[in-house]
Amino acid sequence: MTQRSWDRKDLLGLEDLSAAEIESILDAAVSFKSSEAPKNHSKLSNRTLAFLFSEPSTRTRSSFEVAARRLGAEVLGFSAASSSLLKGESLLDTVRNLEAMGVDYFVVRHELSGVLMPLAPKTKASLINAGDGAHEHPTQALLDLFTLREKKGTLKKLKVVIVGDVAHSRVARSNIFALLKFKAAVTVCGPTALIPHDIASLGVSVSQDLDHALKDADAVNVLRLQLERQKENLVTSLNDYYQAYGLTAERLAKNPDCMVLHPGPMNRGVEISSQAADGPQSAILEQVKNGVAVRMAVLSLIEGWRARHG
Amino acid sequence: MAERLLVKGGLVIDPSQNIESVRDVLIEDGKIAEVRAGLSKQPGLKDAPVLDAQGLWVIPGLIDMHVHLREPGREGDETILTGTRAAARGGVTTVLAMPNTEPPVDTPSAVSFVKSKAVAEGAVRVLVAGAATVGQKGERLTEIVGMVRAGISAVTDDGRPMMNSELMRRALECCKDCGIPFIDHCEDEHLSAGACVNEGRAATAKGLRGMPWAGETVMVSRDIALSELTGAHVHIAHISAAQSVTAVRLAKKRGLNVTAEATPHHFTLCEEDAPGYDANFKMNPPLRSARDREAVLEGLADGTIDAVATDHAPHGPGKKALGLPLAPFGVIGLETSLALGITHLVGKKILSPKKLLERMSAAPARLLGLKDRGSLKKGMLADIALVHPGESWTVEARFESKSRNSPFIGMKLKGQVRATLVGGRAAFRHDHAL
Repeated sequence: MTQRSWDRKDLLGLEDLSAAEIESILDAAVSFKSSEAPKNHSKLSNRTLAFLFSEPSTRTRSSFEVAARRLGAEVLGFSAASSSLLKGESLLDTVRNLEAMGVDYFVVRHELSGVLMPLAPKTKASLINAGDGAHEHPTQALLDLFTLREKKGTLKKLKVVIVGDVAHSRVARSNIFALLKFKAAVTVCGPTALIPHDIASLGVSVSQDLDHALKDADAVNVLRLQLERQKENLVTSLNDYYQAYGLTAERLAKNPDCMVLHPGPMNRGVEISSQAADGPQSAILEQVKNGVAVRMAVLSLIEGWRARHG
Repeated sequence: MAERLLVKGGLVIDPSQNIESVRDVLIEDGKIAEVRAGLSKQPGLKDAPVLDAQGLWVIPGLIDMHVHLREPGREGDETILTGTRAAARGGVTTVLAMPNTEPPVDTPSAVSFVKSKAVAEGAVRVLVAGAATVGQKGERLTEIVGMVRAGISAVTDDGRPMMNSELMRRALECCKDCGIPFIDHCEDEHLSAGACVNEGRAATAKGLRGMPWAGETVMVSRDIALSELTGAHVHIAHISAAQSVTAVRLAKKRGLNVTAEATPHHFTLCEEDAPGYDANFKMNPPLRSARDREAVLEGLADGTIDAVATDHAPHGPGKKALGLPLAPFGVIGLETSLALGITHLVGKKILSPKKLLERMSAAPARLLGLKDRGSLKKGMLADIALVHPGESWTVEARFESKSRNSPFIGMKLKGQVRATLVGGRAAFRHDHAL
């Protein structure tokens, strides 16, 4: 295990994290996942964690909740879908009010990119980004990396394909930022309308040929296609999309070493076939399992920082 | 007895007369009476009040042809009073007020309201632009002829483009008949819908929807075609993309009646300069690539871009705190424009001081058909700025403007306005100056 390297109050994204910081999280997650690890910890027993979600979520929110409870934290739900939180302007006020009530951690999902960045210096509480617009979803990418490292033994120089709606995906950005720190070769694949114009400048390759991209890939991360993209004319038809970019068992069969990841929820028959989603190359359920360990690791490292800084 | 003032011993820079030498300037009854060396020694002028301008530039007051004063309707962001005070602090003596107020200036009576308020409260001269379409909705033309009679200097739906090309054609025909320019905010709203920054690397990394350069250039190209069709004067507001500059350059080579302006933020900054999600760097058109900025500088240098205008767009702090995707577009600029020009255009040898002042005073006067300003010739309005060209200062979040949404806060600049005269009277004096 590498020496732990963590000196941050918040986890806002992976772009600014070093490879060592990312590895610290992944290493900590190993111990939380271990079958010998106790399910109940007391590291956050005096802490309160609140959710501020202005977008619906089942997976991420449940995963964080399980992680926080296993660490002994008190968990406060907050339904923001119909509140003024949606406007963004009162997010700081909400955080400050709840902070005054003794909340130490906020797990925030918001539809606006970058909404947490100016907030973090204005609160003593720790902010964890659970998805901000099309910007970052750091813990999802961390659990992707954890799963990759677990299966492939290393992150160094892996070949990873990210296929689908990269333009609107926070998962894609966090994965790209993190994987490139480990000198991975990342290819983004999808119709031009769903690939950001200047994405090559981030250091990735771009392809419109999924079969070619998958050829020697270690893993493929399949992004969900939001169905409204067809209404926006970004894809001509779901059938067209499936033909060109759907991950099928036939496509996967040409590269049996290629592992399948998907952040969920899946549109079966749109971006992925059921055989591919449930087949032997799929690590999708393992990702979900790893999510709890990774989020426990994040909370635990931030708690270490809080303990050191009073 | 005439009211007199002698501005003595300054470096007079007047591009309209090709003057750049130390001279005295005599003002009589609000107008320029004479510009000559050694005037102070004339026996008849011994008792005239004197403004000592030694070591300073004495220049024609700047004319900013793109300013949002927000009154009526958004007095929390700016008023005619505070906006014109900001202008005076920046050496600007005439502003053209854009019509996208609330309600918009789209009737002769609305024009009269702004003009009378400006006469009563304005620290500098205020010209008014009238909206092109009723409510700036892009559906029906306004009473352009009536607004011209009420005194507008240009027509524009600025803040929004004229998406309907047929309506644009009719507006241009009317403007041509009236002898005034049409100022267009060039943006294809279908290409820029939902976007808040330039389409480029920074937008991709930040997960923000970007506006492609083509959204501006397709409209610039359309406007050039419509100007050729109608013969009307189309003025391209806040040009920002390299391809748009090229299009205007070619149009000018063909002798078409097309002109353009660039803002200080587009010639100073590019998208990579915007830190994080700071909404003080959010404007429309957005800060574009370094290559685009380079093209704007080239356009200013070779005269493709006729004028510098600020697009001074005040927004109160609460609005800019909404987060980058939701915050309104626009930054203030009146109080920093000349210093940005001196620092980044003169200081980097893009323009000589004379050329800079041509772009900031003589050219806008010409474009707006103003025959009584933009020059220090005898008989012109005594609208003058006195500037210390070498004085360094750091932009602080203390402005005469009601708003503070400037991307230049913290930037070190050269060139400090020490006094601004409007009609020979002080509209602004620097704290410890003169």
